[in-house]
Order: sequence, then C-alpha cells, then structure tokens
Amino acid sequence: METGFLPRGRFQELLAVLHRSGYRCLGPQVRDGAIVYAAISVAEDLPRGARDHQAAGHYRIEQTASPRYFGWANGPQALKPLVFAPQEVLWRARRQADGGLELHQEMPPAERLAVIGVRACDLAALALQDRHFLGAAGDDPHYAARRAELFLVAVHCSDPSDVCFCVSTGDGPQASSGFDLALCELDSGFIVESGSDRGAVVAAELKLEAVGADARAAAARQADAARTRQHRSLPGRDLRAVLFANLEHPRWGEVAGRCLACGNCTSVCPTCFCHASVETPALDGGASVHARAWDSCFSQGHSYIHGLTVRSDTRTRYRQWLTHKLGSWHGQFGRSGCVGCGRCISWCPVGIDITEEAAAVCTGAADE
Amino acid sequence: MNELLLPHEAEVAECVRESPTVFTLRLRFRDSVRHGRYRFAPGQFNMLYLYGVGEVPISIVSDPLDDTLFDHTIRAVGRVTRGLAQLRAGDRLGIRGPYGRGWPLPQAQGRDVMIITGGLGCAPAVSVINYVMRRRENFGELIIMQGVKHADDLIWAERYRRWSTLAHTQVLVAADVGSALWPWHVGHVTDLFARARIDAHKSIVMMCGPEGMMRIAADLLRARGVSESAIWLSMERSMQCAVGHCGHCQIGGKFVCTDGPVFNYAEIRDLLSVRGL
Ligand code: SF4
Ligand code: SF4
Ligand code: FES
Repeated sequence: METGFLPRGRFQELLAVLHRSGYRCLGPQVRDGAIVYAAISVAEDLPRGARDHQAAGHYRIEQTASPRYFGWANGPQALKPLVFAPQEVLWRARRQADGGLELHQEMPPAERLAVIGVRACDLAALALQDRHFLGAAGDDPHYAARRAELFLVAVHCSDPSDVCFCVSTGDGPQASSGFDLALCELDSGFIVESGSDRGAVVAAELKLEAVGADARAAAARQADAARTRQHRSLPGRDLRAVLFANLEHPRWGEVAGRCLACGNCTSVCPTCFCHASVETPALDGGASVHARAWDSCFSQGHSYIHGLTVRSDTRTRYRQWLTHKLGSWHGQFGRSGCVGCGRCISWCPVGIDITEEAAAVCTGAADE
Repeated sequence: MNELLLPHEAEVAECVRESPTVFTLRLRFRDSVRHGRYRFAPGQFNMLYLYGVGEVPISIVSDPLDDTLFDHTIRAVGRVTRGLAQLRAGDRLGIRGPYGRGWPLPQAQGRDVMIITGGLGCAPAVSVINYVMRRRENFGELIIMQGVKHADDLIWAERYRRWSTLAHTQVLVAADVGSALWPWHVGHVTDLFARARIDAHKSIVMMCGPEGMMRIAADLLRARGVSESAIWLSMERSMQCAVGHCGHCQIGGKFVCTDGPVFNYAEIRDLLSVRGL
C-alpha cells in the first residue's frame, strides 16, 4: 500500500525510527569492490553514486556523481546468509563422568534485524527458502529464529545489471510481496509502500509527504526502463520435462570441460539450501559441537555413500545443479529455483552463463 | 522448544557380532517416557550419533511391536560405523528418529510376499523378513531372494537354511563367488528368477540393494506379469539431516529421507535408469 513520499534529505529518519523500534540496521556498502550488507547507522554509510558493472565472470563497482543510494543491482550476498547461516552450531554434546551423554540444542542469539535495500529477487528467494526450511518436514528451529525478527525494506530495482533476468523468471524488478516496506528511489527521494502491519507502523512514524504526480510518473517510467533493459532470459518457466528428457545431452559433457566445480554458483545463489554436518570434538574430549555448514552439489563429498560417489564427475554435478535448480524444484516447491538474480553468472570464475546452458540443453541448440 | 535436529540419549543393551564386519546394536532410550512413546515401521531409519564423531542413518530391523528394545544391524564401513562397532553394553549414543516412509506392509496383508536383496547385508530387507516371519499366517507364499558378492558375505546362513525348510516359503540365495561348501547358487541373484514360484497377481515385491540389480529385477518381474504398483524398493543416498533440508539425499526431485527411503517402482523408474543422478 502506497503511504507517501520521503524526501532524500530525510532518509536518516527511516534509520532513526528503525533504531528506536529496537532494530539493528544492515544496509548496502561497498567492501572489497563489491556491494555487501553491513551494519549502518547513518545515511552517509550507504553507497551513494555506486554502480555495478556485471557480465559473465565479471563484477566491478564504478563511482558516479549520482545522488542515488540504490543505483546498483546486487552484490554476491542476498538475504540467505542472514537466515540460513553459512555455518551454524545446532547442538552440543557433553560427556559426563559416568559415561552419560548430555545433548543440548544451541540457538542463535535473538536479534531484531532490519535490512535496507533488499531486491525483488532476494525476496523471491527468501520466500523459497521459507518454503524449504519452514516446510512440510517441520520448521528448522535455527532458520525460524533468525527469520522471525527480520524487518525487510525493499528497494525496487532502477538499474538492473547486465546479467539480471528477473523479468524472465517473473520475480522482478519491482518488489511485489514479502517486504515490510518498499521504496522506489527517485533523484529527489523515495516513494514508500508498506507491505505489513509493522511496516505500516514505521511508515506512520515517518510523517510522509504526499506523492506528487511527477514523482509517480517518474517511478512508472523508471520501472518500465528497468524491465526493458534486461536482455537475458531462460527458455521457459517450467523446464522440468525438457531437462529430464535430456539427461544424456552432449552439452553436459561440454560444459563440464569449462566448469571448475568450485561451487561459487551454489554459494552465491540465494535459493541453494544444501548443507553438510560438521562435528568438532573439543581437544579435552569432554564435549563435542555439532554444526552445519553450506555445502554444494559440486563438492566431492555431496553424494558420497560409503565407498561410492554417486555423482563422480563434473558432468553429473553440473547436471544436478541445473536440473535441480530449473527442473525438479517445480516438483518440490511448485516453481523454479531460479529468481533471475544473475549472481551465478557474474561470480563464476570462468563465466558460465546459466541462461546459455539452459538454452543449449532445452532448445537442442548446437553443443559446439 | 522445537528440537527438530536434536538427538536423545540412548543406551546399548547388547551388541551382537553377526560377522567379522557386521554387528547388531540393541538399544533403548535412557528416558523411559521417550522409550515408551517411540514407534516406528519396518523400513524406517534412525540417525545414530556417535559422540565426537558424527551421525549416520541406519535402518531399524527389530519388530515394531517389541517395546523393550530397538535394533540396528550395521556394517562397519565408515568412520562412524567403525566407531559404533566398538560400543559395548551400557555405552551411550544419541538417537533421533524414526524417519522416512517404510515398507507397504498393510498392503502386503494376505498377499504373496517376495523379498529381493543384493549386495552387502541389506538391513531394510531384514526388517521385513522378520516382520513377515512373526506373522506368517497373515501372508501368502514367501519368497526370499538374496544375492551376495562372495559366499562369506552371507550372514545368518543358518537362518536362511531354517527358513528354506518352512512350508509356503522359498529361499533362493546366490553368490557371485562361491566357496567349497556353498549350498546355494553360484552366479547373480537375477539368475534365480527362473526358479522363483511367482504368482504375478497375488504378489507384492520389496527390494533393496544396488540400483542396477533392482532395475534388472524389476524388468524380470514385469516380464513375469507383476504390475509396477506391486513393486517397492528401498533407495540409498547420502543422508545427513533426515528431515528433507540438507539436500544430500536427492535423486531427481525426490528427497530419499522423507519421500522414501521406500518408493513404489512407478515413482522412481525413470530415475533408476540414469547413472549419476
Ligand atoms: S541460479 Fe543463478 S541467476 Fe538463478 S537465482 Fe541462483 S544465482 Fe541467481
Ligand atoms: S543440489 Fe545443488 S543446485 Fe540443488 S540446492 Fe543443493 S547446491 Fe543448490
Ligand atoms: S537427508 Fe538431508 S535432505 Fe534428505
């Protein structure tokens, strides 16, 4: 619901209201040449004028004179590390003197976190992670605890990067649900929408101005431009049948010749959920920590069962990534596992492009 | 508090050596209330936690109505299972479960039951053989087909011999490599089909073992007129969480830990024939 206009000079007030409501704010910042979410307390912490240039195997930040804070597409992180931690202690075991075993669940520290600058694709990915970790098999308690206190301030994308294809997956560039507040950034300020009760409470405290006709027209033009500048796309929304009909396609072998099986794609992908158990006994033998850590279907150990690695080569691992992401997710979650964020394309060290590989397998295009 | 992934303390009541590498742990939860509430179905599994080493998924082989102890027959092949083999009566471990979908035993009532296993010691099949043997009058003919690589790999040889003397029971065993006194067939388990007395319309089939073996067996069964819906198999994949979250057990779109490990053949047929899926 549209609630009003926040002039650029008053952006700090949004942070102040969130702080007052008990939230620690995370927002975009440029660190080591990329946009990441980090703690912010003042509007000046935001990456004013930053633009990202992305292409297959390429990511670079350029500093411009633009007054905008959100004139970039995305960085390597989405919301995933905030809810599904890269490494998380699940429980601890303690051995007692009489040989008994004490097992205690360990929960993450309770923290109210507000994230500023969330993208439409990030929200779509979060909705998928919610379906996975809060799904039929039971709520993952650690994910649920981190998720419950998350306040999300989305910003509609005005400047998709060259690798973005959220229009093709139907997930962007405008955020349509899953946020507490959504902002449309214009040079002069922000049109604010609320998407939840607590978002409406924060918006009400901001005492917003009325949205002018000019601002509304500029927002519509900007949204159209963001949509039309995307040029990548997937060959369809539901590729399950065609991918599973092409499990022996020669392209799998061809891409395996380029793929390093490094797992960068699965770690930057905002929907990948695979994780491994990690057991770390204390040196004195009195206790042991059971944690989980992100894993990738590109790793050697992912499909290992006593003496046998089911997916023993890069061909079958790349095939797992693509057929899962774009194919079997439909059966598991009722939609594809790709939200079109383009991260796996930019952060692939050899520039493998998921849209190109999908097209090659699905449209029977030449594999040379 | 939601404790989805937390194991609970259990105690070894007895550890039975079955062969140089196979052993059975007989367990109970330390908390008697938890133990009393614990229910499982044959074909389901538990996650066993060995202190300081980690967790492994292991099928439950005891009878679901036996409320004194629950049993796991385990082959020592990895870090955790080799460590579990060292446990003695009174030792503690962590257990969470049961998990997964078990065998379709309600559907098997009154029908001929055919149990086919291949490869090394197949615990999921043992659970169903034990189940049927204890309720023999509820089922029709029983056909047990077991294949092993080497004659020495057959544990419980004595039990197989005894079963083979029972009425309405056919026991067919094959070893790829025989030994001097091997009384059964030398060759592949699928060679045994020629001798199996299968009534295609009365039978329900439950299999576990290598996927290649199960595929061939399913083809032979189909050729004998057994319908796909009467063929069930237990799949094996890496399982680290057992609750459908960690992603390791996926085959195609299935999570073996929650959708399986027991599948109807029709659900898994197309995935079974692809290597490395
Ligand atoms: S598959 Fe690639 S483009 Fe799609 S959501 Fe994952 S990282 Fe983004
Ligand atoms: S199997 Fe691969 S593609 Fe699928 S969620 Fe796991 S890491 Fe991602
Ligand atoms: S064992 Fe983790 S998803 Fe099945």
